Amino acid sequence: MTDFSRKYDVLIAGGGNAALCAAISARRAGASVLVLEAAPKFYRGGNTRHTRNMRCAHDSATDTLTGPYPEEEFWNDLLRVTEGETNEELARHMIHESKEMLVWIREQGVRFQPSLGGTLSLGRTNSFFLGGGRAMLNALYLTAEGLGVDVAYDAEVVDLDIEHSFFKSATVRLGTEHRTVHAGTLVAACGGFESNIGWLKEYWGPPAENFLIRGTRYNQGGVLKLLLAKGVDRIGDPTQCHAVAIDARAPKYDGGIITRLDCVVLGIVVNEQAQRFYDEGEDVWPKRYAIWGRLVAGQPNQIAYIVFDAKSLKLFMPSCFPAIEAPSVRELAGKVGLDPSALEQTVATFNAAVQPGHFDHTQLDNCRTEGLTPQKSNWARRIDTPPYYVYPVRPGITFTYLGTRVDKHARMLMADGKPAANMFAAGEIMAGNVLGRGYAAGVGMTIGSVFGRIAGREAAINARN
Amino acid sequence: MHATEALAEADRLMTLCNSCRYCEGVCAVFPAMEMRRSFGDGDLNYLANLCHSCGACYYDCQFSPPHEFNVNVPQVLEQVRADSYAAYAWPGILSGAFARNGLVISIVLALSVAGFILGFRAAAGAAFLSVETGPGAFYRVMPHNTMALLFGLAFLYAMVALIMGVRKFWRDIGGTEDDLGSGSIWQAIKDASRLRYLDGGSAGCVNEDEKGNDRRKHYHHATFYGFMLCFAATCVATIYHYLFGRQAPYPWWDLPVVLGTLGGIGLIVGPVGLLAAKFRRDPDLMARSNRGMDVAFLVMLFLTSVTGILLLVLRATPALNPMLALHLGVVFALFVTMPYGKFVHGIYRFVALVRYAQEIRSGKTSIE
Repeated sequence: MTDFSRKYDVLIAGGGNAALCAAISARRAGASVLVLEAAPKFYRGGNTRHTRNMRCAHDSATDTLTGPYPEEEFWNDLLRVTEGETNEELARHMIHESKEMLVWIREQGVRFQPSLGGTLSLGRTNSFFLGGGRAMLNALYLTAEGLGVDVAYDAEVVDLDIEHSFFKSATVRLGTEHRTVHAGTLVAACGGFESNIGWLKEYWGPPAENFLIRGTRYNQGGVLKLLLAKGVDRIGDPTQCHAVAIDARAPKYDGGIITRLDCVVLGIVVNEQAQRFYDEGEDVWPKRYAIWGRLVAGQPNQIAYIVFDAKSLKLFMPSCFPAIEAPSVRELAGKVGLDPSALEQTVATFNAAVQPGHFDHTQLDNCRTEGLTPQKSNWARRIDTPPYYVYPVRPGITFTYLGTRVDKHARMLMADGKPAANMFAAGEIMAGNVLGRGYAAGVGMTIGSVFGRIAGREAAINARN
Repeated sequence: MHATEALAEADRLMTLCNSCRYCEGVCAVFPAMEMRRSFGDGDLNYLANLCHSCGACYYDCQFSPPHEFNVNVPQVLEQVRADSYAAYAWPGILSGAFARNGLVISIVLALSVAGFILGFRAAAGAAFLSVETGPGAFYRVMPHNTMALLFGLAFLYAMVALIMGVRKFWRDIGGTEDDLGSGSIWQAIKDASRLRYLDGGSAGCVNEDEKGNDRRKHYHHATFYGFMLCFAATCVATIYHYLFGRQAPYPWWDLPVVLGTLGGIGLIVGPVGLLAAKFRRDPDLMARSNRGMDVAFLVMLFLTSVTGILLLVLRATPALNPMLALHLGVVFALFVTMPYGKFVHGIYRFVALVRYAQEIRSGKTSIE
């Protein structure tokens, strides 16, 4: 039973993968633990709800992984996606620990399955959760509660009492009531600020109003803001976020994976004026999907339209909303409020520029346009086979990069460079230490699990001393 | 576009699930769904009958209620499944039996039991309450041949009705003749006999809360294998009777009695456990309108075994004929209502598993 008047050894802010791994590891190390989750029970777990796999190094194939993924290869992948914006010591430490994580996380009740349909490229590197991220979370919560970890929902940390680098207590909002909770150590594992439109507007201005948030509305970044204000060193570019183009019909929050669209490379993308604005076939989709959120954010009213024809309809994973369909480009434009003549003109110009070639959507096929600006470098096929289709898209924000600086023990570092006395961080709130930019599938969960486990263990030791 | 609201809702859900696919490892429904991009009524009836109602996907789903996407696959597929029993019922004029199934089954049961008791009473006269022992004791009032003919016809009718329903279902779900003999049926037998898809993909069946367990699986095994043992007991007794001229009742150690007793115990423990699980089940997982059908079938199985065991215990007392009439009345009602009650779930689910095995072998996929 949660007792807010007692002093816990370890107080954990957050309720996702990192928080639960920290809670379990601290509890297994003998500490009393309280988890404060700002969301109600159904929405618990932050972005973990929407994940599906984690990337762990391993030396040989397993029942669910098709082959080895050595530490060095993982490091090279990380170096490539971050373009060097990573802390090598921390990153290598995490990659090394990720090997054991595959075993440890199973011991906490998490189950894996072979890679999902349509994700074969990840079958060797990424371990998929049976039933997805919420199933994984459910398993961690059951284990944590079985071990005697206390969990409070609808419990938002609204203030922190920190003296120099020493955490003393947290003020928690429980419904309309405020309580002060004392604890020996603090683990901040409560994510970024991607759902905080006001904060996003500080960097993006009014266009942020048109952003859709892929996770729940509870990822407000309140604890991150408090920590940075109270002297914890920051890491990561505050203006950056992981943004993809998602179906514009998605709800404002928590549309998750099912609003994504993988068909950019198969058609053309136009803005409100029915004009193209970027090379849709620049590179294979896994390497380019994460630039489209930013590209659409740069267009008027932050909206764009993916236009394609009947030839492409069955070449990509269906999304949760049906494509808008019409027998002609003209009628298609009318259905989504684009200027019919302008769209016809754009399609005609594009079609005229398409060069002959052998279309192959499974690889760079050099089917391209000639004399068109911007050009389409691959998979350029005439849009000429009815029915025609369009998906409206908007920027979908997945996570933010701003965070707290930590050392390899997940201990926060203060702005003056000194380690915090009793404060640790894990998960998205410190992901910027390892993932300064870019993204590789499943890395967020690796950061959460590995640093969560470390933070919990270290916090338990810290609380004892 | 769809025949019912439940089918329209199932279409919405499957379209949504098909863009997520996180539950792919949970059971057969989701891999089968992935082989499609659009969902007609036949597809949805197929998927609904593949679903074993383990509930795991509801708790695993990030979009289940109260999320605005309101994804509740177990509940919606349960409704579609129940509606499909009526849609495929033969003759179609009797499909209304599924509308108020609990009531219909109860009335048939009452009439059947009353008919047998009154019939026995009238035929036996003063001997109705006499003690009968020795070979042929069961047949003093109703001769064996009459009994065999009556039940044989009832059973035959049930089989014909079931086969007609299955034919319609099979055509509707796109079943073909490929690999039926060479593996698909055998695969379905293995999957059905182990209840492979009633375990949430290894985490266990989720019933009352998010903790999975195998209780429903075990109770279902007790019910199914109990039923099969009782069936085997009847077959052995028939062979005894016609091939060896040995008439019931048989001594307690003889094969028909041993099989029947073991089966009867399974048919008491199983239905009671399943009923208890049903009443403990998270109401969010259930389609509200089907409880009557589910309960009627479980109670019928329970009564079959209880009356059978009572008959065994009381067969040397004056209660022999009343118990025999009661037991026969229940069994007769069970036989004639087989095509019009929850019994069909096993048949359609098995057929759906055959189709699934066939589809897996053919390597169907939704993305070219």
